[in-house]
Amino acid sequence: MILIDQITKSFNSKLVLDRLSLKIEKGETKVVIGRSGCGKSVLLKHLIGILKPDSGRIFIEDRDITELSEKELNPLRMNMAMVFQSSALFDSLTVSENVGFVLREHYHLTDQEILRAVKEALNLVELEGIEELMPHELSGGMKKRVAIARAVCMKPKIILYDEPTTGLDPITADSIINLIKNLHDRLKVTSVVVTHDMKTAFKIADRIAMLYEGKIIAEGIPQDIQNTDNPFVYQFIHGLSSGPITGINYD
Amino acid sequence: MKRPNFNFLALGKNIKDLFYFLGSLFHLGLENIFWIFHAPLKKNIILEQIEKTVIKSLPIVSLISLFIGIILALQTAVQMQRLGSEMYIASIVALSVVRELGPVITALIVAGRSGAAITAEIGSMLVTEQIDALKSLAVNPVHYLVVPRFLALSFMLPVLTLYANIIGIIGGYLICVYKLSISSTMYINITFEALRFKDLFSGLIKALFFGMIIALVSCLEGFRVEGGAEGVGKATRNSVVASFILIITADCIFTAIFYFVFP
Repeated sequence: MILIDQITKSFNSKLVLDRLSLKIEKGETKVVIGRSGCGKSVLLKHLIGILKPDSGRIFIEDRDITELSEKELNPLRMNMAMVFQSSALFDSLTVSENVGFVLREHYHLTDQEILRAVKEALNLVELEGIEELMPHELSGGMKKRVAIARAVCMKPKIILYDEPTTGLDPITADSIINLIKNLHDRLKVTSVVVTHDMKTAFKIADRIAMLYEGKIIAEGIPQDIQNTDNPFVYQFIHGLSSGPITGINYD
Repeated sequence: MKRPNFNFLALGKNIKDLFYFLGSLFHLGLENIFWIFHAPLKKNIILEQIEKTVIKSLPIVSLISLFIGIILALQTAVQMQRLGSEMYIASIVALSVVRELGPVITALIVAGRSGAAITAEIGSMLVTEQIDALKSLAVNPVHYLVVPRFLALSFMLPVLTLYANIIGIIGGYLICVYKLSISSTMYINITFEALRFKDLFSGLIKALFFGMIIALVSCLEGFRVEGGAEGVGKATRNSVVASFILIITADCIFTAIFYFVFP
């Protein structure tokens, strides 16, 4: 279980997260929705310890990760994986080296064992025969799949997805949504997905939370969110330019 | 009353930025040393960095060192011919190249070529979230990125400097032997007579520190990138400028130490 308790985070005096609290049950897929630049990615980076909150606490399996040093965080990170918005594949490494990166860095495995695990992870994301390609030779959808393969290769208990369908064409985006759903069902992992794409949110979420002005303003199962009477949530999920949410966010 | 045409606030900010930069450099240096001794070294990445930063600099180092030797010989020839002491051109070329020009010119070339590339690479990794990806995979970016570059540059820059010294002396040799009609044997004898171990040692010690400066400055500037492509460009420029200034400052300090403390 992940418990976020009243975390606050500011960058250069701009308040991004404002006493935000959220609970993610073991094995569920929680989707956090919100406008671009509202702090969704910042929230995910707190969960994996890349960012530390100014105040508040984050518990992952009853351990307060805000008090842990980098060295203490690393064993915890081995049970978590993050799929970045830009895929964040290492440019100088091949697909195979990217996917097997964590095995090479942290486990004493032979090259054959690593290659076997890499092929297995690539099979899970329905890719094969691309082990020796470089990231710049891949399409956007393939990069996303390789990034997911890198995440599942370490057999994590928690997977964090940062805007998994942004920048993809609708068909590729749908295939990534199905992939995330299948992986969740097969691997029984806890998933946290941040997105502003409502199709993604409704298709994969067990529960949806909406982040607005640094706080979670609504939370519930997809049907509750769809039938909401909260005007902020209603405006966002229906993509209306008029409503209580004002101003164009260029972040 | 006329206001002074001087912006004290901007000066104050620049001084603050300078101290912040030097503090960050020192901190990165300490963290780098910690990781050198507390985790296994990544030998394949070190070798890759040696190839990228040093081996691939050989052509440009060869060309510039050869020209430096030639220019030095031609410039001193004018004065020495007036005094009828052309044979001393060999010793002037050897001492100037080995003690000063070899280490400094080589370091400036590597800072401009490889240091800039390191900053651009790390900066691009930062803006495309690859540094965050390293952290999320429980890999320390200083251990993975800085240590191999630091070791490759620190230990290979003296080797590259030694090579540049030889090429520079060959440049002087070409002018003296083929233009000024000094015999080949005499040029070689005078060169070896003029050079002492201390001359070579002081040049190589400088090169070792210049390598450390280039590696730390270029990595630090890469980690300090803000924004997108424009930020990478700005950091790359800052990296080269800061490396040049610190190399020349360190050269001045080392030359003074070798002059006053170990005469």
